This record gives sequence, C-alpha cells and structure tokens, in this order.
Amino acid sequence: MLKQIEGSHAVAESVALCRPEVICAYPISPQTHIVEGVGDMVKSGELQNCEFINVESEFAALSVAIGSSAAGARTYTATASQGLLFMAEAVYNAAGLGLPIVMTIGNRAIGAPINIWNDHTDSMSMRDAGWIQLFAETNQEAADLHIQAFKLAEELSVPVMVCMDGFILTHAYERVDIPDQAMVDDYLPPFKPRQVLDPTDPYSIGAMVGPEAFTEVRYLAHDRQICALEVIPRIADEFKALFGRDSGGLLHTYRTEDAETIVVTLGSVAGTVKDTVDLMRENGSKIGVVSICSFRPFPKDPIRNVLEQAKRVVVLEKSFALGFGGIVANNVMMSMQGTGVHVYTAVAGLGGRQITRASLATLFEKVGRDELEDVHFLDLDWEVVNRELDRARESATSGPTAENILRDLDLGPGVAKAV
Amino acid sequence: MFQIRIHGRGGQGVVSAAEMMSTAAFLEGKHAQAFPSFGSERTGAPVVSYCRIDDKEIRLREPILDPDAVIIQDPTLFQALDVFQGLAPGGFVLINSTRSFEELGISQFLDTLPKEHVCAVGATELAIQHVGRPVPNAALLGGFAAITGRLHFKSVDAAIRKKFGGRIGDGNVAAALAAFEAVQAA
Repeated sequence: MLKQIEGSHAVAESVALCRPEVICAYPISPQTHIVEGVGDMVKSGELQNCEFINVESEFAALSVAIGSSAAGARTYTATASQGLLFMAEAVYNAAGLGLPIVMTIGNRAIGAPINIWNDHTDSMSMRDAGWIQLFAETNQEAADLHIQAFKLAEELSVPVMVCMDGFILTHAYERVDIPDQAMVDDYLPPFKPRQVLDPTDPYSIGAMVGPEAFTEVRYLAHDRQICALEVIPRIADEFKALFGRDSGGLLHTYRTEDAETIVVTLGSVAGTVKDTVDLMRENGSKIGVVSICSFRPFPKDPIRNVLEQAKRVVVLEKSFALGFGGIVANNVMMSMQGTGVHVYTAVAGLGGRQITRASLATLFEKVGRDELEDVHFLDLDWEVVNRELDRARESATSGPTAENILRDLDLGPGVAKAV
Repeated sequence: MFQIRIHGRGGQGVVSAAEMMSTAAFLEGKHAQAFPSFGSERTGAPVVSYCRIDDKEIRLREPILDPDAVIIQDPTLFQALDVFQGLAPGGFVLINSTRSFEELGISQFLDTLPKEHVCAVGATELAIQHVGRPVPNAALLGGFAAITGRLHFKSVDAAIRKKFGGRIGDGNVAAALAAFEAVQAA
C-alpha cells in the first residue's frame, strides 16, 4: 500500500511484516523512531508473538540479540553512531558465531567532536566485522532491504546491517509502498536456524578455538561473505518477481553505458548525484553513476566490469580513514588493479555537511578535466583550516581545535548551526 | 518541481507543517518529500523545514536553497536570519502576522514580488480561536493552499486530520479554512 510516511516508520512497518520474535533496542538518534515504531506495534498487538526488550545499553541490546538468535528467534535491533561503537565487541561476536540478526544503522557521525548528523563513519568502523552491509538509496529501498535482509541473513546464517542515512532518510517523509503481509510471508519463510540452543538437544555455541583451527573458522566466515555475492542478486531478483520493484542487489548503475567519468557512491546522496549527472549530460558531459548497495561483501568483479570502460572514476564517500584517505575508494582501487583507470576520492557530507548539486557539478567537472587531487574534501573551508593551523604554529598551548574553530566562526561553544 | 521552505521556532510545529503539506500533495497523486533542518531542535530556537512537490520521483536530497515559496511562522525571525534567501523571482511569501509589511520592515523586499504572491495572515490568532493553542502551522497550510493554488483545500483538510484526530483535528481544520478564506479574500 502506498503511504506518505516517515522513513523510520516505513522501516518499522517493514520490520514488523517480517514477523520478528525478539526486538531489543536502546534509543539513540537518529534511529530512535524506528524502534519506537516497532515498540508501539508490539504494545498495540499489531505485531504478535514478538517480545520487545528494553535494555540498558547498546552493548546489552546486541548481547540480548545474540542470545535470542542463538535460541532460534528471529531477532532485530537498531542503532547508530556511538551506539554501534559501544556494541562493537558484540558486533564481532554475532558475526563470528554466525547468527542471522538484522540491525538497522541510522548512519551518523562519530565523535569527538560530538555531532548528531549524518555520515557513514559508524557503519564503516564495523565494515570488517563479518556482517553483510547493505546501503539504502531511498526510503523505499530501506523498507525493502529489511525484508531481503532477513532472508539473506537466515539463508547464509550471517548477520546483516541495513544502513540508511540518518535524518536525510530516517526523518524524511516520502511515498513508500509498504508490502502486503501475505506477500512478505510468501517471500520470507519462517526462520529455520542452522544452529540452535535447545535444552532437549543440548550443545554449546561459541567454543574457544586455538591456532590450530582459527584460520579455518575465519576463512569459512569469509567464504560465506563471498557466497553472499551470489545470494544477494538472487534474492533481489526474487523480490522483484514478487513485488515488482528493483531494490537491493549488489549495485545500481545509472547512465554508465558510454560514460567517460563514473561517480561511485553509496546511500541517499546517489539521488542528488543522479540529478547532477542529468544536468551535466544535457551539457554534453559523458558521466554516469554507480551506487553500491552491498558494501560487504564488496562486489569487486561487478564494479570492475562497469568501471573498466571509463576513463576515470571518482568515489564520493561520507567517511574516510584518517591518515590515508577514502575507505570506499580503497576498495574500488583494489577492484580496479591493472586496469589503468584512475580512481579519485572525494570526501563529502561529513557530520551532516550538505552536499549540493552546485558543489557536485564543480567537483565532477574538475574530475572530467583530470584536475582533482587524489583525495579531495568537498567544500572544505581552507581559510578556517589555515587559521587554526596558524594558531597552533604560533602557540604551543593553542587549546582545543573544535572550540577554537567554533569561536573563529563566531558560534558559541556547543552551538551547532542548523544545516 | 515546486519547493517550499518553512521558517519558525521550535514548538510551532514547523516540522509537522512540512509533513502535512507533503501528505496533502501525496493525496493529490503527487510525489512529495518533507524533511526537517536537522538542527538540535529546542523550543524557541529557529527551525527550518522543507517540502518538495513534483509529478515525478524526487531524488534530490540537498536542503532547499532556491524555494518557490517561503512560509514564515514567526515574524521575529526577520531580525535573526535572511528567511528570503534564494527565493525564486516571482516566488510566494506567506507570513504569520497581523502587522503590516511596513511595520515588519520587509515591505521593500516584498515590493519586488507580484502583489498577489505575498500575504500575511494572523495564523496564531486563528489557532488560539479554533484550537485553543498558539500553534500556527495548520492555519498556514490553509493560507498556502489559497495563495499558491498548489493544493486543494480538501487535501489540506485530509492531511491535517491524518495527523491530528478528533477535536484537535477539527480545530486545526477550522483554523486552516479560516486562513484559506482570509487569504483568498485578501
């Protein structure tokens, strides 16, 4: 049914259609509306046979999820930012144990400096933990990906993160087609756990493994991720056959056929990038877009197949590895080894910095002329940066950077300017 | 695409206004996208929300920098920020005030716009009268429908009732209708 609905509530409804049996969560912006939404549905009886557990922290949320998933319950949770960091140990454990938990990340920056706005640093911090990571471009895709995520997780016995841009998607009202319960039931069979803690047939999960077998267990976890490269497109095809929509899969391409420049990105900014590309195409630029849906596993060969005919690639990403450069770009570069296609990195949208068509068009034109430095920070205010560098040079006790810059910009301490 | 930017203060229902506007457009079969300014919302602090309306899917995620219409829920904002920034030539301005544009100190700018695209309505007074609370958002939606002709009042009515049930819904619809009629008569 078509609804004009907040992204968070669309996801809550979509999760409820998957008939989760345990939901545990700890509130943190910007994912709070999602768990509030499913909580309301449990309380009202709209979502039956589901236990909603309030916990005392994110570490507890995922620990409870690990327990309930190991006991054979379809389990869901959601978090963001520092919340994901606080559950980090359990994130690795859920993956290492092979428990098919589905977790939404309402993507948000990580402090310090504390910042509630969107970027991808939180999800990227857990990229190597063994979870599948799917990035949604729209709220429709976010809703659809959750239905696919449970199917994917349970088929492979691997946990799945559905990553959606905090505020930009979670708090946006737009039209979303919420599927019928009967169709979701058709698509997503009841959970048959590969492993289960059952008192009538007791065994343990979570053995200590020494050097003699640790590599093999880890390799098999890697192997399941590689298997997911085949499963993800298949379940997206099955989804399309039943629901009639293209959602999910490994990646989306847009106007790449004859493109000399290809922008690689992920998440909701792909929409703004496509609008920018349309405008540039009208002026004769041969430019296209690849938006990555599955970041883990990383679709190395499909990406290479699309990008190798281009003259150059720019990866536009909302995170970066301090002291190195782009994280997504690094993965793309590895995929492009030996092709000779140059890969530029553009870091954008950190801590909620707006990404506009105007800035993107200037950036992409520069890329088209091969004039960009290898790692570029979109709309970075060099004057502010240089003044702080000067202050640090002039005094060994110049004080905290964040506060100095707020003072420099004439914003009081702790006053963040709305964007 | 038609783009609306709504300025107000925390507690005035600025975010709900954009949400209801998007619902009204959706009910007319349009694509609509509403989103808040993502600031740290505090009561009384300046808040911005946005709404885009189009006949096709809206992919753009940047804030609205070049609105076709601005709604100002709180006229004290004129001193705090440039609420008209980026307004399209020939754009629409709807202000919640019973004071004249001269008194508000904005007549010089408003003179650059077509006369029938500019209107002030005492939405707070209408809300107090019909809802019993000084929340001007629903009334201004009625005013927006009248001044721009972009929404039918019927859809505004339905969108308000979708957000607020019962007596609060009735009151907000009555305030919206009063503003709709006042703006049409102006």
